[in-house]
Amino acid sequence: MSALGDIGHLLLTANLWQATLAAAVLFLLPALGGVTSERSGVVNIAMEGMMLTGAFFAVVADLKLHNPWLATLVAMVAGGLMALIHAVVSIRFRADQIVSGIAINIFAAGLTVFLVNRIYGVQDVGHVVNSELLPNINIPVLDQIPFLGQVLFQQNVIVYVALVLLVLTHVVLFRTRLGLRIRAVGEHPQAADTAGINVFRLRYGSVLVSGVLSGLAGAYLAIGIANTFVPNMTDGRGYIALAAMIFGKWTPFGAFIACLIFGLGEAIYANNSFIHISAYLLSMLPYIITLVVLAGVVGRSTPPAADGLPYIPGSE
Amino acid sequence: MNDTSTFAVDMRGITKQFPGVLANNHVDFSVRQGEIHALVGENGAGKSTLMNELYGLVHPDSGEIFVNGKQVQITGPRDAIALGIGMVHQHFMLIPVFSVGENIMLGREPVTGPDFFDRTRARTEIAALTKRYGLALDADARMGDLPVGLQQRAEIVKVLYRGASILILDEPTGVLTPQESHELFGVLRDLVKAGKTIIFISHKLKEVLDISDRITVMRRGKVVGHLITKDTNEEEIATLMVGREVLLRVDKAPAKPGGVALKVDGLTANSDQGVPALKGVTFELRYGEILGIAGVEGNGQSELMEVLAGIRRATGGHVALGGRDITTMDANSERDAGVAFIPEDRRGTGLVLSFSIAENSILGRERASIFSWRHLVLRLVAIRDWARRLVKDFDIRTPSIDVAARNLSGGNQQKVIVAREMGGGPKVLLAAQPTRGVDIGAIEFIHRQIVKERDEGAAVLLVSAELDEVRSLSDRIAVMYEGRIVTIVSPETPEERLGLLMTGGGTKQGAA
Repeated sequence: MSALGDIGHLLLTANLWQATLAAAVLFLLPALGGVTSERSGVVNIAMEGMMLTGAFFAVVADLKLHNPWLATLVAMVAGGLMALIHAVVSIRFRADQIVSGIAINIFAAGLTVFLVNRIYGVQDVGHVVNSELLPNINIPVLDQIPFLGQVLFQQNVIVYVALVLLVLTHVVLFRTRLGLRIRAVGEHPQAADTAGINVFRLRYGSVLVSGVLSGLAGAYLAIGIANTFVPNMTDGRGYIALAAMIFGKWTPFGAFIACLIFGLGEAIYANNSFIHISAYLLSMLPYIITLVVLAGVVGRSTPPAADGLPYIPGSE
Repeated sequence: MNDTSTFAVDMRGITKQFPGVLANNHVDFSVRQGEIHALVGENGAGKSTLMNELYGLVHPDSGEIFVNGKQVQITGPRDAIALGIGMVHQHFMLIPVFSVGENIMLGREPVTGPDFFDRTRARTEIAALTKRYGLALDADARMGDLPVGLQQRAEIVKVLYRGASILILDEPTGVLTPQESHELFGVLRDLVKAGKTIIFISHKLKEVLDISDRITVMRRGKVVGHLITKDTNEEEIATLMVGREVLLRVDKAPAKPGGVALKVDGLTANSDQGVPALKGVTFELRYGEILGIAGVEGNGQSELMEVLAGIRRATGGHVALGGRDITTMDANSERDAGVAFIPEDRRGTGLVLSFSIAENSILGRERASIFSWRHLVLRLVAIRDWARRLVKDFDIRTPSIDVAARNLSGGNQQKVIVAREMGGGPKVLLAAQPTRGVDIGAIEFIHRQIVKERDEGAAVLLVSAELDEVRSLSDRIAVMYEGRIVTIVSPETPEERLGLLMTGGGTKQGAA
């Protein structure tokens, strides 16, 4: 049996596509956050760290409160607080946004390992989750549709939430006054300011949204999928979300398509027992796709004009 | 002064201190309702600061502001907009990727439902406004696709949409072609007829005299003159602006042309967009003369200069320098052959803004043996000596040669380029827009240097959007239209006739 034949066979199973969507949402949430933040003009590569922080605090809160919904809320707040650091550093203090983002990612990795040790006295929280989890929900009737029912309507609750957020982000950014202003601030903050728009408020808000969404993704990962916290468990997914955002040309639906491609890579890897290819090779798949995508296969992708540039009032 | 109620704007005793600069020093500035008031002065005189204070972008340290007779506190653009003050900035406050409608509405968007941007209402409101003031605009066009003149029109409509009755225009003609400027003046006159008051910031004296009713002149943060336009002239304003008498006419002896320096024959080249920009340019440039190229911007002048300087590839034709074919030479070899180039985009092409004056002063010449040892190691002492000499000879106003080019004023940045290009004693000098955005004082200086270069035997090719500059500097004028030199005329040719030639008319008649 050839490896290609194996993959071809796998592509016809509903299981694979169900897993693809489930994995894609893990990228989609931080990618939507990234789109919002960068559309307002603040480069955000810290989704990885904000997601990891969210995952950790979701586990901690869930163990304490035995309530996955409250735990998810805690994770979103934790992600938001990390984003607040990034916002203050890059908006208020006009620091280099890449450096700030890297610092937050490293900080989050260190902080979570440290706190795991402090709180549970172990290296690994692998055994500690024995609590209420974010449920899978089957939508009645719809989940009985052959093939599609399993793919679309037998998913974790967060998957449905993420799809709603996808549409919401798109509508807000491109159809509302708020979105017009966010994009104006990301393209030309001086123009927005002279039109009487509060540049700083919109940028803070947009960066906070990226943290909250990344925190939500962290909760989904920790108490929806993995049911545990392991140091560095986000494993680069925040960066892949970043690639998805660029691949998607800073649009929610573009990013979603990219997330589906990356999700497919993860799903194939997860179902590798069918395939006679080294699991290590397969595990590289999402990253190889990322590189190919970033090398410009999708064509030129232009970021918002003022992305990454701090705004200094009165400057030109 | 009169009763304040007749003033649209009355600013009294305005003082603003910036670190190291007293930008406004007890400035009194008043504008009558329904007039066009020109605010003139050199770069750094404090005009823009004063207007930014009126628009709420900068807050004065002391002083009072009255708008339509009432004392006001303006803490930000929102306050200014509410008082009916609108500003068209020198660098447009437009978002190229947004539509014209979105740009105009931004900050005061029509909304439907929870928070949806109402495109239909945006379109009808813009249609109503543009109709009322006779300013045609397509609300759905992408802003970045519009020519500069229309972008500026969108800026004006944006200000009118916010209900402005007092319009501040900061250097509005700096980016416009003469035709576009002419149209703008028509628009401004119509606006005044419709009851608007206009403050017009400029340092172009001709247009100030043309458009304004009254003039306020500033120098170094102070008001140095209140003038009534019909009772003054260019010389008086220039003297007030600069603080000494300025020679507005270029003083030069008749040219003594020598042999042919540059022979351009059937030259063709494409623009950045890949369409033909030069369609067979033919002319000869002699040593010891200044050949000016007159033309409406965008008729191939920029591309011609770039091909000659070796930074754009010719698609056909020949360029010879003293009999040697240099058509395909790159910029390096051209420099070595004695061609110097003052590019039109000084911040983008002419300078590395983050480099010091010393470093900028040898750009393109860093491999010369006096500046580097075997092209590898810079001779810093020699470079610094050279830079110091240029600063002195070319009157570059700077605290030291280690200051980054970014921190110089536009005029001094331009002097750095002029100094670098002329300092090497070029055989051929290509000068593209050599005085764009430069103060009167510096313009006078740069003009004298160009004439001096000619008198020392260099061949000078001059491109300028300022017809006055071309006419006063050139020994011969080549008129360029749609990628060709249509005719070569004497600098005494009347302006109207040149204007006709530049727009493609009049050649037949001229030959007859």
